[in-house]
Amino acid sequence: MSIGLITLIVLGLAVLGFILGRQRALSAVGGDPRTLHSLPGYYGWSVFLFTAVPALLLLVTWAFVQPTALNSHVAGMIPAADVASYGSTQLVMADVRRIADGLDAVARNAGLDETGLAALRADLTDMRGRLAEVGVALGSNVAPSVLEAAKEYRSLSGTLRLGMALAVLLAALAGLGFALWRIDPRQRARNLVEQFTLVLLAGCSLIAVATTFGIVASLVVESVHFFKLYDFRDFFFSLTWSPRFGGGSELGLWPLVWGTLYVSFIALLVSVPVGLMAAIYLSEYAGKKVRAFAKPAIEILAGIPTIVYGLFALITVGPFLRDWFAQPMGLGSSSSSVMTAGLVMGIMLIPFVSSLSDDIINAVPQSMRDGSFGLGATRSETVKQVILPAALPGIVGAILLAASRAIGETMIVVMGAGAAAKLDVNPFEAMTTVTVKIVSQLTGDTEFASPETLVAFALGLTLFCFTLALNVVALVIVRKYREQYE
Amino acid sequence: MNDMRIADRTVSSDTAKMTARGVQVYYGENHALKDVDIDILGGTVTAFIGPSGCGKSTFLRCLNRMNDTVSIARVLGEIKLDGEDIYDKSVDPVTLRARVGMVFQKPNPFPKSIYDNVAYGPKIHGLTKSKAELDQVVETSLKKAALWNEVKDRLHAPGTGLSGGQQQRLCIARAIATSPEVLLMDEPCSALDPIATAQVEELIDELRSQFSVVIVTHSMQQAARVSQRTAFFHLGHLVEYGETGQIFTNPQDPRTESYITGRIG
Ligand SMILES: Nc1ncnc2c1ncn2[C@@H]1O[C@H](COP(=O)(O)OP(=O)(O)OP(=O)(O)O)[C@@H](O)[C@H]1O
Ligand SMILES: [Mg+2]
Repeated sequence: MSIGLITLIVLGLAVLGFILGRQRALSAVGGDPRTLHSLPGYYGWSVFLFTAVPALLLLVTWAFVQPTALNSHVAGMIPAADVASYGSTQLVMADVRRIADGLDAVARNAGLDETGLAALRADLTDMRGRLAEVGVALGSNVAPSVLEAAKEYRSLSGTLRLGMALAVLLAALAGLGFALWRIDPRQRARNLVEQFTLVLLAGCSLIAVATTFGIVASLVVESVHFFKLYDFRDFFFSLTWSPRFGGGSELGLWPLVWGTLYVSFIALLVSVPVGLMAAIYLSEYAGKKVRAFAKPAIEILAGIPTIVYGLFALITVGPFLRDWFAQPMGLGSSSSSVMTAGLVMGIMLIPFVSSLSDDIINAVPQSMRDGSFGLGATRSETVKQVILPAALPGIVGAILLAASRAIGETMIVVMGAGAAAKLDVNPFEAMTTVTVKIVSQLTGDTEFASPETLVAFALGLTLFCFTLALNVVALVIVRKYREQYE
Repeated sequence: MNDMRIADRTVSSDTAKMTARGVQVYYGENHALKDVDIDILGGTVTAFIGPSGCGKSTFLRCLNRMNDTVSIARVLGEIKLDGEDIYDKSVDPVTLRARVGMVFQKPNPFPKSIYDNVAYGPKIHGLTKSKAELDQVVETSLKKAALWNEVKDRLHAPGTGLSGGQQQRLCIARAIATSPEVLLMDEPCSALDPIATAQVEELIDELRSQFSVVIVTHSMQQAARVSQRTAFFHLGHLVEYGETGQIFTNPQDPRTESYITGRIG
């Protein structure tokens, strides 16, 4: 029985339980729901939960544990010599599983029954050829021990699967029976449902938190591998980034961090003033009609995929800046430059800053404006002296959100700023950022366990630390400000 | 109401500071103010009384064009300040509001320090030449609003951190620091204890020598104590307007009489 089918059956039982539970609760009080502690539906739900939740939990656990247990059991059957010829246990086990999956098809093809299948011998039949006929292509001939392992794997996993189905269904039935048996007019079914809701909600937030920790943990683990292969002093203090896929690379962090900060800085320099002023215009000055048109129009910018911005940078902005600014001023002749990427990224971020700030400015109470106007202040004085200070915590938040976006942006940088890691102050030079290098290192041709690839994780971790620091700073600023003005 | 002072209360001036003729206000379809004629005299405290929702605040907001900021409000008719139509195109509402100051019904201190709240008006209008002079203005205004003693040690604490009544007095201080010619006060004592109320009433009486004051109040006693003129609004109409003593002792309109004796409201 497949997992999907088992789930369906359990849910079917649970629905049945709901109906039975409701009826049982009602009949226990002779059809008068007012004498029940909870509404009849709650009794139904309590049976539903008792049936479905333990059974499904068991199913999930089983499904996680079974492959690991099976693998380690079967792996023990293969002698070390055969493992050595494959390279590693993982590789042998991959083949074992493929052969096990293929055996069914082989049996069907050759008209074998279970005993015939059990009698198959790797040294007598051409297992590799037979498996290839049914679409399982293997890299080498099948060793006898591997075939035996595959047979064992196949039969054992069949048994276990059956065991799982039985156990889960039994659990569901037991839950159903138990819940039905304990129904009583005084039972607090409503509170039970409430507790379950609480657990469900807490579980969901736990998933979000746990995911974050999981991601960080995996970054940390791989980074540790990297630092075992590559001296951390070279990573943190070297000013050169020149990975050589043959080995002997210099993987200094700073050119990439510099590129990231430089591009983000230019992007914020463009997006923050423009976005903020657009927001002020929209919320304080624009009439209803202008607003109804302009706000969605600006937000369209936010819907453009970054690759399209990248094209814009590559085809239009880059050559334009080169021909009209960089070359006449003698600052270089490259069409990919920090300036190109920064400007285009800045344009991309305008709607971010403007629509968030617009919401925040609109949330400043009208009475603040009235107070200022009532003292004879003009609109711009009111904005500058009353509205912006009141909205500042939110605006700082909006800016930092934009900054995180800028730091994490990849596509625009690849197409606008190039891929050359350089430490340079000239904004018309091609440079690159951390994210771009993460992509190029991970998609490179070297093997996974080399420092050239693993450096991507160290870079990722660095990036994570940067955005984390940014968020902490933002929190501190916002809190300080709140204290002062609330 | 049975305050004996009202009988010998005299109006110090008969010149009209502000005149309103045939003022109508609509909020969308809602006809909130109907055909109001009134003369606000110079050097006088004028009280607006009337049941909730009758249009007192609305009329007050017409006098310094605060209704301009309400997009659905439409004001018709003529209002003059010193003989000049304030709804004329040549009049700048910003300068008008500097001349006709306002204290709002709900206290609305800015998210700034107490000092900056009071210094706001003088700063934007350039009323002081030096920091010392500004300090002086802030101090006098806070003193007049009976708040100085409570805040003199924490002038740089946020104004929003004060209690409701303190915020109300802060807003009064803020309005008088700008030295307007007419001061509109919308229920300035609604959140004050009797002592602070008495102090603010004293202030209002004192302000009369420099400004015209218009005060909205729900307290008949307060109207009787501080004002020389009283206007009674009912359902958007100005029902009766006259000397305070006469309104309270000898109302002409039956609606006024039933309101001040507590039968409608
Ligand atoms: N901004 C607004 N938008 C729409 N209608 C409004 C607005 N302000 C006031 N009104 C309406 O105008 C009428 C008069 O309101 P106003 O605030 O002038 O009453 P008030 O006499 O000040 O009452 P209160 O004593 O309760 O403050 C009310 O019917 C109110 O619903
Ligand atoms: Mg009012």
